Amino acid sequence: MNRDKGMRKDFFFDPSNSPVVDKVGVEERVSRFQKRSIKKESKLQGLKMILNMIDLTTLEGKDTEGKVKQMCFKAKHLHDSYPGLPTVAAVCVYPSMVKTAKLAVRGSGVKVASVSTAFPSGQAPLEVKLTDTKFAVESGADEIDMVISRGRFLKGDYNFVYDEIAAIKNACGKARLKVILETGELVTLDDVRKASDIAIHAGADFIKTSTGKISPAATLQVTYTMLEAIRDYYDETGIMIGMKPAGGISNSKLALHNLVMVKEVLGSMWLSNEWFRFGASSLANDVLMQILKTETGIYQSGDYFSID
Amino acid sequence: MAKEKNISWDYSPAPENTSHVKVKERYELYIDGKFVKPESAKYFDTVSPSTGKKLASIAYGNEKDVDKAVKAARNAYVNIWSKMSGAERGKYIYRIARLMQERARELSVIESMDSGKAIRESRDVDVPLACNHFFYYAGWADKLEYAFPNRKVESLGVAGQIIPWNFPILMAAWKIAPALATGNTIVIKPAETTPLTAMKLAEIIHDSGLPAGVVNVVTGYGDTGAAIVNHNDVDKIAFTGSTGVGKIIQKAIAGTKKKATLELGGKSANIILEDAPLDQAVEGIINGIFFNQGHVCCAGSRLLVQESVADKVIRKLKRRMETLVVGDPLDKNTDVGAINSKEQLDIIKKYVSIGLEEGATMHQISCNIPKNGYFFAPTIFTDVAQSSTIVKEEIFGPVLTVQTFRTVDEAIQKANNSEYGLAAGVWTDKGSRIFNLTTKLNAGVIWANTYNKFDPASPFGGYKESGFGREGGLHGLNAYVKLR
Repeated sequence: MNRDKGMRKDFFFDPSNSPVVDKVGVEERVSRFQKRSIKKESKLQGLKMILNMIDLTTLEGKDTEGKVKQMCFKAKHLHDSYPGLPTVAAVCVYPSMVKTAKLAVRGSGVKVASVSTAFPSGQAPLEVKLTDTKFAVESGADEIDMVISRGRFLKGDYNFVYDEIAAIKNACGKARLKVILETGELVTLDDVRKASDIAIHAGADFIKTSTGKISPAATLQVTYTMLEAIRDYYDETGIMIGMKPAGGISNSKLALHNLVMVKEVLGSMWLSNEWFRFGASSLANDVLMQILKTETGIYQSGDYFSID
Repeated sequence: MAKEKNISWDYSPAPENTSHVKVKERYELYIDGKFVKPESAKYFDTVSPSTGKKLASIAYGNEKDVDKAVKAARNAYVNIWSKMSGAERGKYIYRIARLMQERARELSVIESMDSGKAIRESRDVDVPLACNHFFYYAGWADKLEYAFPNRKVESLGVAGQIIPWNFPILMAAWKIAPALATGNTIVIKPAETTPLTAMKLAEIIHDSGLPAGVVNVVTGYGDTGAAIVNHNDVDKIAFTGSTGVGKIIQKAIAGTKKKATLELGGKSANIILEDAPLDQAVEGIINGIFFNQGHVCCAGSRLLVQESVADKVIRKLKRRMETLVVGDPLDKNTDVGAINSKEQLDIIKKYVSIGLEEGATMHQISCNIPKNGYFFAPTIFTDVAQSSTIVKEEIFGPVLTVQTFRTVDEAIQKANNSEYGLAAGVWTDKGSRIFNLTTKLNAGVIWANTYNKFDPASPFGGYKESGFGREGGLHGLNAYVKLR
């Protein structure tokens, strides 16, 4: 395995040694997170944390500067009639929209994440992926969300996948690298774990479940399996890796269950947008609705929350 | 970039509401379809182990009460129950199951109040499983000829049943359901520390219209149980509890016509092989030993872990233990509730001090343990051997011993090298290893890649000092019938 291109050369890594995962056991464990009680103050605190962890996302062929600007405005002004709300963590766009987004969020602390590497399929030569990535970084992206080559992974060509991630990491410069596994295409939790280990060892700063284009996406089972990989790596090296479930998390309850899981598997050190993100487009409004409900006791109609 | 700060985010207390629960000040004996005062005129207290507060006064049944109950049971057997068709018996058992389901929430809350077990368990495990046992055996009542093809099936008569405090309503269901399905009548004695759900079950049975005398509930202490065991007109003894008492019972009924099933103690091995899904195995270890505060006869109290992964497993286990919530059994967040009684707490403490004296290394979780009531922090011991007292003897509490092994044969030898033989767990990714181990382990129940899973259709029981006879499933019928 070519370890030279990786950012971390501290020890030998062999993906065939990745731990096996028992799906039934994972389902049982995950059901326990859903039974923790999050109410009142802890719910409000949790909901605000969720808002602050969202990567507000638009990844459509029909994206335009106009659409991106409006979404960036929403990122900064989630619900101004309720004071004290945080902003989202980042906006997530295609490379061609990075410049626009960067300008639109300037001064707000909201970061700009760009997907790259021929997102979402990743079916392009490495040179194209590197160019894609460099373009996004040079346009000002703070974070790069790359996709792994799932075809190569499923063929068992783990070296290829590893080397590609390491090469993209080098091209990222100061930008943090999120590695999208597209777990819906990997299917088994064993492979989710193996892909997580490869991504982490090859230099990922974050590992991310999905592109949002494939279903199922960020199920609790998948996210849990990835959190375990992060935890084992931390135990071995002391290095923290971030986690980003993306796709399919559209309501507050599921997002809160994710937070419970992060707290119990990784610990409260990970409970900030430095280390945990939600990739979502519609989650923010559901969280806002819940926050206002804790205040007023009633749910407002969807029309009271802006859709950008 | 590395901001390593801890964000404090805590769960909300979620205590289960107890206002819907009706606990009477005093509970009488249930004999011959009536709630009657004990001959002794004596009552004892049942207390909540999580608060130490009294919940109710419970009738103290003596020999005379037991005699009345056995006579009522005999009368009901001869005149009604043994003559009734299986289909008719089944209807009553179904009715009891449905009534229990309707009152599931109340039963769960009372179970947690009286026994100290976490509401998450009584709500999700004990009560649903108890209902399912009644449903399951109700189905057998009119199909006994198919359960034992080409044999004539006869009931035994009056069954004396003595049940423990660790799963009060579930053990009552395990005992009552198969006995009724096979056409026997019953005198049952719940444990002295946990009689409330049994008395609630008596009320449900009463409401079901079951003919008077078919089920009689006599509360009391060990002497009450002894009166049942020694009564001349009892045909069958079914006991779940300690090996010590089991031995006394077996001596007492030697030479009599009484049949017996004894479900006794255990010191079950939970075996983690190096190729196992380790994170799920850690869950299995947690579930094996901390489920119901370790008050489980089949608890995976001896962890055997392959040396190549031992450090990793222990590290993961310690970390996972830190996330356990120990506290109010009625709080939905609670993972580990209260120790059932002061007596049991003292026994656990005694074993822990023996472990320390013998040089074992102790690790306990750091979370706050409530000051009031009887609580004990989840505990693991490393640096122990087969010859350590805490490895040999059943502690019946949240205390795990951790030993390592090098080869599969060594694991089998260590697992079988015990006075007990109730259960075992095997964790491996290889199907062939599962089959190899399950055929060689001397235990009544063996789980593969899981632990502490129960189902009415699955038989349960042990080898060696863990007892004999099987409860649950088709095998469970066997214990209550004569075959010709």
